[in-house]
Amino acid sequence: MQVRVQSDPFDAGAELNAFAKGRQDLGAIVTFSGVVRDTADGGLRGMVIEHYPGMTERALQKIAQDAAERWSLGDVLVIHRYGPLAAGDIIMMVATAARHRKDAFEAAEYLMDYLKSRAPFWKKEQTTDGSDWVESKEEDEQALTRW
Amino acid sequence: MDILYFAWVRERIGVPKETFDTKAATVADLVDELRAREGRYDVAFSDLSALRVAVDQELTDFDAPIQNASEVAFFPPMTGG
Repeated sequence: MQVRVQSDPFDAGAELNAFAKGRQDLGAIVTFSGVVRDTADGGLRGMVIEHYPGMTERALQKIAQDAAERWSLGDVLVIHRYGPLAAGDIIMMVATAARHRKDAFEAAEYLMDYLKSRAPFWKKEQTTDGSDWVESKEEDEQALTRW
Repeated sequence: MDILYFAWVRERIGVPKETFDTKAATVADLVDELRAREGRYDVAFSDLSALRVAVDQELTDFDAPIQNASEVAFFPPMTGG
């Protein structure tokens, strides 16, 4: 199980290959990558992600641990960036490895649902109109109730 | 006790972190003390439903005890992913 919080960009393809290497016992790997989306229709100049050093790593470890207890997983990878990002940049990725795809898919969704509203990250968008903190969505909180 | 602020709470209060001597028993008591200090705190804490709190880096509620805590953090709902 690996959790990384970093400001540097990362190569999601290389991460997947490294994660998948030598897993002869695990038949399924699911990955999800979150990308900076231009919600301002071409007006997004950039985004800054703030986080709570220390708590972030603990919260992500806990979420990954909970997923590993709930599903039969061979491995879990979580990478999340902070600092300045541009539209189209990869913000984060999760990868899950399991014997069968159902566990890998469900665990990846669980990780994403919890990561969105239980890991201490905050996004601030800079658009041509100024800058503003992204507000959390009711549906993100609702998404946790299905688990 | 170290008190940390993140995102717009940090911006509104004007500092990311401060050390504050308090005898507050719970997070809510601490909030009352802070609000009585200065207008910027009063504004930042005016709507607790818009805020989340962590005590020693664990997400918790405003009625959580803090007598043995070393770090309390206030921030808006998280927007990761």
